Amino acid sequence: MTTTAIPLVEHFSQGLDAPICLTWELTYACNLACAHCLSSSGRRDPRELSTAEAKAVIDELERMQVFYVNIGGGEPTIRTDFWELLEYAVDHHVGVKFSTNGSRITAENAVMLAGNDYVDVQISLDGATAEVNDAVRGEGSYATAIQAMEHLAAAGMKGFKLSVVCTRENIGQLDEFKAIADRYDAQLRLTRLRPSGRGADVWDELHPTAGQQRELYDWLMAHGEDVLTGDSFFHLAAFGDALPGLNLCGAGRVVCLIDPVGDVYACPFAIHDEFLAGNVRSEGGFQRVWRESDLFETLRGPQSGGACASCSAYDACRGGCMAAKFFTGLPLDGPDPECVKGNADLLLAGVAEGAAPKPSGDHSRPGAVPVTLMPKIQMRRPDRACDENPLAGLAAGRS
Amino acid sequence: MTVVLSVLDRAWGLSPQVSVRPERFGALLYHFGTRRLSFLKDPLLLTVVQSLDDAPTARVACERAGVAESALPAFEKALARLADTDMLQERAS
Repeated sequence: MTTTAIPLVEHFSQGLDAPICLTWELTYACNLACAHCLSSSGRRDPRELSTAEAKAVIDELERMQVFYVNIGGGEPTIRTDFWELLEYAVDHHVGVKFSTNGSRITAENAVMLAGNDYVDVQISLDGATAEVNDAVRGEGSYATAIQAMEHLAAAGMKGFKLSVVCTRENIGQLDEFKAIADRYDAQLRLTRLRPSGRGADVWDELHPTAGQQRELYDWLMAHGEDVLTGDSFFHLAAFGDALPGLNLCGAGRVVCLIDPVGDVYACPFAIHDEFLAGNVRSEGGFQRVWRESDLFETLRGPQSGGACASCSAYDACRGGCMAAKFFTGLPLDGPDPECVKGNADLLLAGVAEGAAPKPSGDHSRPGAVPVTLMPKIQMRRPDRACDENPLAGLAAGRS
Repeated sequence: MTVVLSVLDRAWGLSPQVSVRPERFGALLYHFGTRRLSFLKDPLLLTVVQSLDDAPTARVACERAGVAESALPAFEKALARLADTDMLQERAS
């Protein structure tokens, strides 16, 4: 078709009347305490949306014709109304892809999930071996994820996602991840580590080295559309050819985040007041926030390339990831901290210790977050209502 | 010998698992079975796609939508791509 006056990517940059898809974190409660959790999850927030409020959000998404939501958390299946909300969304023509650590993907649940075209499952695994995975996600989490995949495969669920956050420790395991995905008839999805939430604490240790960025780029180019990336590596486009996908920061333009308390942020990696557009509980609901918030209006306006404007790669990488810049203390109109041209190196050296902005909320369970990369999930007596082990009352819970 | 008809000379309909969302630039199509998103980058193509069900062939749907003769090859290509990705389903004409 040749009649489009401006390229599609420009339409997307200027924002759509409704997001194409969005991320919705249902709860901050989690039975794990991953070292790099982008939402600093652990404990439920007492202000989380009620079942009725969550259903009202789904009604809105249906009216706005949002095709599907990426549900996450925390561990979303911990909510006692999780399966009810899943069914409600599907009945209202809103598809669901949910991210889980697999702890509640029993054989029985797997059969139910496999029988529904409108539901997709994404199992998180950050190491192709228990050693690498459990160092970041906690002891036993590798076995849990593998068992969940076994259940899904046995139930005949095809093409579910195996989702991996790429780190310095696992870039060398890309072929092994692919083999695991193939073994369970799953599709591999690789995404970028962000310095968001607790990710900021481990960023320096875990983000891929410059050499690994190249290795990752070459690997992704060789695998093409077989491997999903959630469009998260567009900063690597500066190496040369663009990776499959939109290669655009969709924050507030085609995607956004609804957090457990109904706050709407520009993207899942930007949980900070600076990127807070409004709340779904306010008058006009989610639709008004999406269409009228000042923040989203600004993001949809013309963006300046700033320090990057004169770089030959700017058209390819567009300056990279807003959240990655923000949480490493870099200016938003400058290079990405992982700029493949090395243009951020000098700037990063100039960011004073502790000067980078901190995330707005921290729901980590006290003591559960490792200082080193050897997390231990601590089971402790609740010291207030929302500090209970989220798996309490679950018959088959592991500890 | 079987004659393979052009996409334009066959009857099509939207797959029942596909949702269509009109946009300024054309439309977004989402297939819930394959979980694929497609873009129709031309409002006229959206008109054609939406009228496929009531037309005996895709060519007739294009004519009714007012697609110029010279633009037909581009529409044929776009429709073939939608058929390849299961967004469209062939039906008996």
